[in-house]
Amino acid sequence: MTTYIIRRLIQALVVLIMVTLLIFFIMRLLPGDPLLIYLAQSAELEAMPPEMLDQLRHQFGLDRPLMVQYFTWIGGVLRGDFGTSIFYHHDVGALMAQRFPVTLHLGLLALFFGATFGILAGLAAAVRRGKWLDRIITPLTYIGITIPVFWLGILLIYLFGLKLHWLPIAGYTSPLENFWLSTRQVIMPVVCLAVFGLAANARQMRSAMLEVIRQDYVRTAWSKGLSERRIIIKHAMKNSLIPVITLMGIGVGIIFGGSVLVETVFAIPGVGRLLVSSIFAQDYVVVQAITFVIAVIVLTVNLIVDISYGWFDPRIRYG
Amino acid sequence: MVIARNITPEFEEAPPRVSEWRRFRRVFLSRGVVIFGLVILLALVFTAVFAGWLAPYDPYKTGTGRALEQPSMTHLLGTDTLGRDTLSRLIYGSRTALMVGFISVAVASICGVSLGLSAGYFGGIANIIIMRGMDALISFPMILLALVVAAVLGGGIQNVIIALSIATIPGYGRVTCGLTLSLRENDYVLAQHAIGASNLRTMLRHILPNAFPPLIVLMTMQLGNLILAEAGLSFLGIGIEPPGAAWGAMVNDGYKYLARNPVLSFAPGLAIMLVVFAFNMVGDGLRDALDPRLRGLL
Repeated sequence: MTTYIIRRLIQALVVLIMVTLLIFFIMRLLPGDPLLIYLAQSAELEAMPPEMLDQLRHQFGLDRPLMVQYFTWIGGVLRGDFGTSIFYHHDVGALMAQRFPVTLHLGLLALFFGATFGILAGLAAAVRRGKWLDRIITPLTYIGITIPVFWLGILLIYLFGLKLHWLPIAGYTSPLENFWLSTRQVIMPVVCLAVFGLAANARQMRSAMLEVIRQDYVRTAWSKGLSERRIIIKHAMKNSLIPVITLMGIGVGIIFGGSVLVETVFAIPGVGRLLVSSIFAQDYVVVQAITFVIAVIVLTVNLIVDISYGWFDPRIRYG
Repeated sequence: MVIARNITPEFEEAPPRVSEWRRFRRVFLSRGVVIFGLVILLALVFTAVFAGWLAPYDPYKTGTGRALEQPSMTHLLGTDTLGRDTLSRLIYGSRTALMVGFISVAVASICGVSLGLSAGYFGGIANIIIMRGMDALISFPMILLALVVAAVLGGGIQNVIIALSIATIPGYGRVTCGLTLSLRENDYVLAQHAIGASNLRTMLRHILPNAFPPLIVLMTMQLGNLILAEAGLSFLGIGIEPPGAAWGAMVNDGYKYLARNPVLSFAPGLAIMLVVFAFNMVGDGLRDALDPRLRGLL
């Protein structure tokens, strides 16, 4: 097990280095000079003498060789310094510290509800295979993995916001500030973010469960006269959860991807919306920092998933 | 992420060709929902090809006097802010969706399959570099990666295609690499080495054809995902230039007038969902018909 963990850690480190290279060089392919974009906003470009341009370029370190710039960036990131936003003229670390909690608040809720209800729905569908419960759940899971999240958001806003007036149609309030308002505002975005994971978990759980309940040891449990409840919970569920765990790693990525769209629909000041606005503002410092942090989170979750997977299923360790 | 790692196809002796095709057809068409998906896809292709005849109005023609009209007999789905007929734009939008889907799948599968094939076949350092590179790509959520790449390249439909292709390469790479790793252990590969066949020939003529079934399933499902991602990008305002019609952008345009004319947003969203659903169902059907052992893996 230790060798497996060490091997996975080294692998993750290599991937992480590749991620940084990828982000850095993709961002440097940006058409146009980031400096000119920066200056264009202050509209002093015309009046600026070339010497001053060079001086500014030097100040931002943009005149140095790419490799030097890369290592400067990495060095900064390792010290927790993500640079200064070109657009907001703000420390990017501080900017992210403002926005990430919002996205994490929504994302963690979505992950939790997606996993819990997904597993329960899949379990119910498998145990009652072919019965009315299964015939309701299974088609719903198909819809869940195909519905565009931004469109679902709009449907919810129309129904619960505009027609029924049950929920506020947009915005975000910190739960520490006003818990009741915050919860009401968060319901629809969380549903949007959770729906894909919920459906995917349910599908995976259903097929894994159907696989497991055909196994000999489950038949043995039946023939011992154990109750259905006991067989499902104690015997079958444990093994069918293993493939569902892998989905958690993918789920985190899906939620970050979805947050870009959902935060735009619901006007939520999270990191997804910051990313979109920075992309339109061509603020490469912010884009590079956000993509890096998201990639690190996704990588870490996948590492944990892989290690726990190896722990649950010894066949993986030696594979 | 262990999905692609455990694919170990064991090939039985091939039954006669005719019955194979019949068996395929029987399994493929055995589920109603797959047939439903197939019908939607055929309708979609038909719509895209004959958009010019099917659309009741010019999708680009604006009219100041008839902006934001409610659905009526003259404009079945109403008109948008610029007075353009929503139904006609919806019909033309199918071209955007299909074009982005098909070209991206073609580009991504060619790149991904060749990378995965080389990584699996040569192993060693090539495998490590290629597959870790794929892992790096996959650690970005697909739509984020596409968003960043599209932003770097600038707007326009061709850049969205490039961005989505790059974002979906790892899927093909992983599956192909996993398959190649097990397929290269076969005796017929050894036989190829013995008669002095080149590596390229062995890879293309002997390993690749055996990896086809899962790849076809993957491509079908990716078509749905790509159309979904394209819709997401165009919803955010990245993609086809303004006069052109894209479903995601239409949802966004209509969103501003949700209270007044909800059809503007509802109709294109429904179209996206139906098409993605159809590709998923047909992919499911193909998987069951081509290789049921892939259940749960793809």
